Amino acid sequence: MVQKTLTITDNTGIHARPATTLVNKAGTFNSDVTLEYNGKSVNLKSIMGVMSLGVPKDGKITIKAEGSDEQEAIDAIYEVIKQEGLGE
Amino acid sequence: MSNVIGIAASKGIAIAKAYVLATPDLSFEKKKVEDSESEIERLDQAIQISKQELEKIKENARKSLGDEHAEIFSAHLLVLTDPEMINPIQDKIKSEQVNAEAALEETANMFVDMFKAMDNEYMRERAADIQDVTKRVKAHLLGVTFPDPALIDEEVVVIAEDLTPSDTAQLNKQFVKGFTTNIGGRTSHSAIMARSLEIPAVVGTKTILSDASDGDMIIVDGIDGIVIINPSEEELASYKKKQEDFEEQKRVWAKLKDEPTVSADNVHVELVANIGTPEDVTGVINNGGEGVGLYRTEFLYMGKSELPTEEEQFEAYKSVLEQMGEKPVVVRTLDIGGDKELSYLKLPEEMNPFLGYRAIRLCIERDDIFRIQLRALLRASTYGNLKIMFPMIATLEEFRQAKAILLEEKENLKSEGYDISESIEVGIMVEIPSTAVAARQFAKEVDFFSIGTNDLIQYTMAADRMNERVSYLYQPYHPAILNLVNNVIEAAHAEGKWAGMCGEMAGDSIAIPILLGLGLDEFSMSATSILPARTQIKDLSKEKMTSYKDDFLSMDTADEVEALIRKISKQ
Repeated sequence: MVQKTLTITDNTGIHARPATTLVNKAGTFNSDVTLEYNGKSVNLKSIMGVMSLGVPKDGKITIKAEGSDEQEAIDAIYEVIKQEGLGE
Repeated sequence: MSNVIGIAASKGIAIAKAYVLATPDLSFEKKKVEDSESEIERLDQAIQISKQELEKIKENARKSLGDEHAEIFSAHLLVLTDPEMINPIQDKIKSEQVNAEAALEETANMFVDMFKAMDNEYMRERAADIQDVTKRVKAHLLGVTFPDPALIDEEVVVIAEDLTPSDTAQLNKQFVKGFTTNIGGRTSHSAIMARSLEIPAVVGTKTILSDASDGDMIIVDGIDGIVIINPSEEELASYKKKQEDFEEQKRVWAKLKDEPTVSADNVHVELVANIGTPEDVTGVINNGGEGVGLYRTEFLYMGKSELPTEEEQFEAYKSVLEQMGEKPVVVRTLDIGGDKELSYLKLPEEMNPFLGYRAIRLCIERDDIFRIQLRALLRASTYGNLKIMFPMIATLEEFRQAKAILLEEKENLKSEGYDISESIEVGIMVEIPSTAVAARQFAKEVDFFSIGTNDLIQYTMAADRMNERVSYLYQPYHPAILNLVNNVIEAAHAEGKWAGMCGEMAGDSIAIPILLGLGLDEFSMSATSILPARTQIKDLSKEKMTSYKDDFLSMDTADEVEALIRKISKQ
């Protein structure tokens, strides 16, 4: 399993568009991918899961991937987060 | 065959099959199902069909409205592939042995409740997405069609209770030959959109939705406001003739397309168009518009989940200005609030939205929103002949405050290194009676007036223009209205400024001779009204109309004014 922890810097937190892009990206990998925030963990392939977390600005999140392509999954998702200006 | 009378909202004749746009009955019974496997299979099929439809709708939305608006359907599609949504439904079918409809609804409701309870406007809106998607899947489970304007792929007449802005935006002119609705009037949103799309429409029929069924042959007569269901052979033939005559009339009007608008005694007035989006400019040019007299910027803010960015707005304004070239473009700043809501702004509900917190009142207080729009406008100013107009001005202080914000942003942009045009005129919309009465005071400070008659009439007569029971009070030729209009024009001219009109009245064939006589400088109307108006003005003598000015202003009733106009035109 690989994981990465980062902080959301976008003023509105993880909102509409980037959430959609994240879920779409996670869906392209075989590994199980989860998103953790504030002690709760959700499936990153689920838009409703991601939205239900309601991650705000300055929220500390952890992304975990487990499976055959876990490293690629983490790298690609981190790339989306940077591209969308969501966080560092 | 039967006839239904309504309000002629957009000229022309449409003859095609009915396409009923109404949410079908989606009620069902919760049942026990032993064979869970085939029930899950059934669910899966309904989801697959729904996905295909949404892909198609998304593609159409992308083409007609742009990427931004298509995004909403991406969210819908994601819900349909969401394991957190689909797995619990399947589990429910298996463990509780219920039918797919019940499992779907119960699971969806759980999410809807959860999202609705969140302290976040954005999440609450997602609850509506889930409901939308669920309805579509449920319709397929029940084997009923879920109509959608974006899915139409043959020639039809659309029949609906009312058409929302997003419905209208998805109508494909290639297939939708006309539409007719139960509610609405000449100035309702759907009517305005019909004229800008140039498709025949009859609104406010009250009963068409129950009178017509899918597949009926329908004639929409947008000239006289009649809808005919399943016409006879004779009726069909006579309407085909009427359709051809109208096309012929349009060809005659088209001859004046590149001519200036001059009266019989050679006085020039400006005929310009009302638009809502950059795409509407094509219609303005094709109909020989001498400019844009009202660019309603609300559409940039509607049907979205967040405010449009400065860049997005800049691109839209620039596009309109570039397409119009040297010709003037009057942009009205955001007129939101009242009946036009933006869900993401969370405005409190009001008892009297038309008399409440809207337009400039909102913009001055929420200057964070206002400044973004002004910056985008100022930056676009170098691409054409921009004029900026503030809506709903009731006091001179409001105008001064709005203008001060504009000038501040202009200085800010200049210090950031942007080029800004130095010749932008700044005017106001006159739609509140107080402003029409005090026009003299305003005329000293504004560069121009544009009289918004739809609101001016409803505020002067104290009659809600959406309320059909008081629609008889919507009287453009009422002496009070004509005197207010005259007061505004005289005040403008006394200060060397110009006065225009951008309500429906400006394109009305009875009002045109009166307005010419009162000295109106600019007439702004639906693009399709421009050529008929130009044809009419060509035969009117301005001098003669001016000689009737005192008569127009001193008549006792609107009917007398109308009778006088009919008498004059016969001479």
